[in-house]
Amino acid sequence: MKRKLVFVHMILIAAWLLAACGGGGAQATATSPAVPTSPPPAVEDTPTEAATEPMEETAAPTGTAVEAEETPTGAAATEPAAGGVVMTPVPTASEAFTLGLVLSTLNNPFFVTLRDGAQAAADEAGVELVIVDAQDDSARMTSGIEDLINSQVDALLINPTDADAVVPSIQQANDAGIPVFTVDRGSNGGTVVSHIASDNVAGGRMAAEFLCEAIGGEGNVVELQGIAGTSAARDRGQGFNEYMSENCPNAEIVAQQTANFNRDEGLTVFENILQAQPEIAGVFAHNDEMILGAIQAAEAAGRTEIVFVGFDAVDDAVEAVNDGTLAATVAQQPELMGRLAVATSVSHLNGDTVEENIPVDLSLVTRE
Amino acid sequence: MSIQTIPLKVDRRIISQRFGLLLSFLLLALVLSLLSDRFLRVSNLVNILRQASINGIVSVGMTLVILSGGIDLSVGSVLALSSVIGASLMKQGTPVGLAVGAALLMGVFLGTVNGLIITRGRIPPFIATLGMLTVARGLTLMYTQGQPVTNLPAEFRIIGAGAVGPVPMPIVVAALTFLAAYVVLTRTRYGEYLYLVGDNLKAAYLAGVPTGLVTVSVYSISGFCAALAGLVLIARLNSAQPVIGIGYEFNAIAAVVVGGTSFSGGEGTLTGTLLGVLLIETLNNGLNLLNVSGLWEQVVKGVVIALALILYQLLNRPSR
Repeated sequence: MKRKLVFVHMILIAAWLLAACGGGGAQATATSPAVPTSPPPAVEDTPTEAATEPMEETAAPTGTAVEAEETPTGAAATEPAAGGVVMTPVPTASEAFTLGLVLSTLNNPFFVTLRDGAQAAADEAGVELVIVDAQDDSARMTSGIEDLINSQVDALLINPTDADAVVPSIQQANDAGIPVFTVDRGSNGGTVVSHIASDNVAGGRMAAEFLCEAIGGEGNVVELQGIAGTSAARDRGQGFNEYMSENCPNAEIVAQQTANFNRDEGLTVFENILQAQPEIAGVFAHNDEMILGAIQAAEAAGRTEIVFVGFDAVDDAVEAVNDGTLAATVAQQPELMGRLAVATSVSHLNGDTVEENIPVDLSLVTRE
Repeated sequence: MSIQTIPLKVDRRIISQRFGLLLSFLLLALVLSLLSDRFLRVSNLVNILRQASINGIVSVGMTLVILSGGIDLSVGSVLALSSVIGASLMKQGTPVGLAVGAALLMGVFLGTVNGLIITRGRIPPFIATLGMLTVARGLTLMYTQGQPVTNLPAEFRIIGAGAVGPVPMPIVVAALTFLAAYVVLTRTRYGEYLYLVGDNLKAAYLAGVPTGLVTVSVYSISGFCAALAGLVLIARLNSAQPVIGIGYEFNAIAAVVVGGTSFSGGEGTLTGTLLGVLLIETLNNGLNLLNVSGLWEQVVKGVVIALALILYQLLNRPSR
């Protein structure tokens, strides 16, 4: 009897370990990238979104403002991004097209800025832009898209509330022969002409370029990685490592450890790395949460020589940049994203071929 | 099965188990010290203890719950809700002592709700606390609107970032928690009741043990421990995040079970849990020191824990 019980327990433990690993992982995938996102809704519509979406939209009210102003100061390091907003040409429309722009929410500064960028581009191109705010409600988004299909817009620019829920609507637009473009968040089905979203690989390179220069091109560098297997962690890491190995040969990446996009893990993992590495020149983390945890660890240990670079430009990080504890953080450019969405759809309607993936450059938030 | 014989029976088995676990732990430490010359430095050992303190505090509560034959999946969410409430109160200018008290009370309250749902509602602990896991996390997100509460008062941060002499404060708090629970478990009638309830609920009830009260109280204590761990953690981080503590139930349950406490209740000790916590944290530390790739980390962690369990199962066999 006892023996049987022990056996049952071992199975239970095994099952629990598995479930906890799987569940914990999925949960973390969903929530951590959602931290910087528009607060309550983003955390709800999680797993599909985190899995499919290359990038979470950063709800940094002050951040976006700071970033827009600060971009020029970081210009030396980031000409393409800095010039991007103004320089990207919008083609003039060959006819008086009407575009439908469906946004997941306008209750988030990120998307308000995106809308403004799209509107400005539409005015330049000479097309009409009809804007629908789905208020983070998939049903509202479905009916909004239906209305736009019925009023026979020439193209649909959709920023889905949910990568799965939007599929039937996109198929409906496909049936009606209306070209569809997705913005920031992708769709898990239907035919989409182009997907316009931030370029995480370029963001990783941008962080590497800044870090390399800040540490004078040499010294020990640490990379705090996001959840293994997520696209954000993969792309940001790829860009960072490519740049470091190509252009920063005298810096050595001495530790690459995952802290799962979490601030508390950023703290403990970096505490351990501090124990292992007596000399660290710089740290790059795949998101701001981890870098903010690492900064706490370094402060507690009195290691003030380290240069920290984060990613996302969340409020806390922008504040840390202003305080001088964080050297830089990579920010998305919603205005440029909106602009590129309109430019791409107008090009397509003009009869030009457009790329399937339109990467949107990022910018660097630094102190003066 | 009288009251006197149970501790005797438990002790003999637990001692051999604990010895096996201690051996696994020492083996791991030996391997790590051979692989990394920085492992055995005092600063790193203090570092491990400090990191272990958060999971340690949560695991104290979890040990009591599992000893009673239950499980508490809600600790991570309870930790989050209590600590964001404490942090927001402090930010609004509430005196630190009052805010800390409110956070701890919140933990006790949520734990008590768990206990009442289980005893009065007759809902299995797994389901009841799974519900609390979701509800408390949801409330945390609503309460914070998804935003972190950052920059806490300096006098509060002492419990996470301060030190008593050379000993970091989190270690002091964890040690006191372990000590208090140890005394309660081994020196009081309550402790005796707890083992009885976990061993055989019906028999305990018939023997006159207030089983309902004992069951509810372990969940209250678990909630208290979760809230306490949360306060230490946010003091260390200088920030309370709505997503803080996700997956902590897994760490605590792993530590308790690795520490030799039986899932069916009534068997296990706090010293076992302490060893379990230290084993897991030492492993995490070693993986970081050795710069093991994130892709391999989970595999290595799982294999080492499994090996430790197998080792003490083997050592345990002859004594049966």
